Amino acid sequence: MAATVRKPGLSPIMSARLKSFALVLPLALVLLVFVVVPLAVVLAVSVFRYDNFEVIPAFTFENYQSVLSSHLTLSLYLTMLKLAAMTWICTLLIGYSVAAFLVFHVRSRLVAIGLFLLCTVPFWTSNVIRMISWLPLLGKQGVINQALMASGLIQEPLQFLLFSDFSVVVSYVHLFTIFMIVPIFNAMSRIDRSLFEAAHDAGAARWQTVLWVVLPLTKSGIVLGSIFVVTLVMGDFYVVKVMSGGTDASVVSAMYDDISTLLFPHAAASAAVLMIILTAMVAAILRLVDVRKELVSGR
Amino acid sequence: MAQSKLSADRRGWPFYALGAVFVAYVVFLYGPMVCIYLLSFQGPQGGLSFPMRGVSLHWFDQLIEQGDTGDLMGALSRSIPLALIVMALTVLISLAGGLAFRSRFPGSGTLFYLVIASLVAPGYVLSIGIGLMFQMFGFETNWYTSALGAQLSWTLPFGLLIMFAIFGRFSRSYEEASRDLGANQLQTMWLVVVPILLPGMIAVALFGFTLSYDEFARTLQTTGSTNTVPIEIWSMTQNVTSPSIYALGTLTTGLSFVVIGVSLGAIALIQRRRLGSVAGQE
Repeated sequence: MAATVRKPGLSPIMSARLKSFALVLPLALVLLVFVVVPLAVVLAVSVFRYDNFEVIPAFTFENYQSVLSSHLTLSLYLTMLKLAAMTWICTLLIGYSVAAFLVFHVRSRLVAIGLFLLCTVPFWTSNVIRMISWLPLLGKQGVINQALMASGLIQEPLQFLLFSDFSVVVSYVHLFTIFMIVPIFNAMSRIDRSLFEAAHDAGAARWQTVLWVVLPLTKSGIVLGSIFVVTLVMGDFYVVKVMSGGTDASVVSAMYDDISTLLFPHAAASAAVLMIILTAMVAAILRLVDVRKELVSGR
Repeated sequence: MAQSKLSADRRGWPFYALGAVFVAYVVFLYGPMVCIYLLSFQGPQGGLSFPMRGVSLHWFDQLIEQGDTGDLMGALSRSIPLALIVMALTVLISLAGGLAFRSRFPGSGTLFYLVIASLVAPGYVLSIGIGLMFQMFGFETNWYTSALGAQLSWTLPFGLLIMFAIFGRFSRSYEEASRDLGANQLQTMWLVVVPILLPGMIAVALFGFTLSYDEFARTLQTTGSTNTVPIEIWSMTQNVTSPSIYALGTLTTGLSFVVIGVSLGAIALIQRRRLGSVAGQE
């Protein structure tokens, strides 16, 4: 009864569309006000002169010139790309193994869900705390050095463990591997098990099944996880700052230093450059797979 | 024959190899966290690393009574209400968005990529943008305005992606059946859709609360002159070199664990009741 009541003059498609619009309106508004406009403001501030919290509409490329011509910028990006690459490889290898173990090797579904949650719980706790929890382990007097010395494997404490690229990458892997596990876990869970039988019957060895069946079918998960990990590392603020012992900066922590000294236009130009580079990287990765199809339809 | 080989009735070496990686990963994940919880319970002579010197609550006392942080209680009195508001809004907006995204509508593609952009955009860049936007329009940044919006830009993509996964398994025939039985749209929503989706909505609430409670980069330039808990922790990492920072870690992680436990417990309880009622009908 109720289902057939419709406002006169509105076709079913139109009324369905109106309903959809009404339902996404809050989401669209939040994203417009707190993502689109702020990014536009960043762009505006980056190309205009800026004085006393007021944008003076005098177009200038000075801010970009100063960002792009600085050697510091280049070395910051090179450092971050290196760290992102190392983190990406580690999270991919660990994430793929963990997901494969949970999906293909744990027989009970309930146990698999429990173990999956075990991996997820730390994600719901403070990242800053998880990062500093490496300090008592990696330090000169830390657990790892003490254990290695006690076992007689080394005579001197290892210096490279803390306040180095090593400790930075360890922290990234600690914080971000979950972003690789979840999408790959998802993709693996959707694989039809009868494909393995088919591959076996067609004479494929185990490694061939992995290479030609599992890997192509989990490509979407790998792509999504890679986007998350790479963008998280490139946008990192505090890990490089703390885990490198305050000597290194990340692209973003350099922006923070600009903001602290009220160099808003310079920070904005630097932010715009970062956004452009990240967009290009994500667009390049996205060419490999249709993410919307993977995420929205659920299969 | 072939099947018994494939379904791994005998555990092959890949099971043990991947199992070893899994165990190592879990140790890697929890080991350091356990270390700082232990170190936070040291005696007054304790330092930043092992061995532990005595056992006491000295550093918690130092943290709370002596005010080793600037304003921990004040930060908590902002962070917790903020997390609750973000949680409620994330559940409502994600649910509505998830319902809408079941069908294509003009602009759905753009909006979807906007959601992804909001997720992968560097948090601090958004933080700067929102802070500048508020300054330009002459508003003061505050935890319940600018920081609230900034955190929603982080929690909503997660909420929405979870809703997509949930609706992927949700059949429209429930709604049709409800309508055929004479329920109006609100009744269908409240009496049929929401109860079925409840476990998923609790999961979204869990993400909403914890991601807000621990959010740092997006909040930094948007919370105004008053700090939230992660910013207190951050400023402690810059200038406190005593185990009271570990005590703060233990405290705030404990609160997160309570929230996680309650949420997962509620989901498990609902699922169990469902299984029970299905079995009872037979």
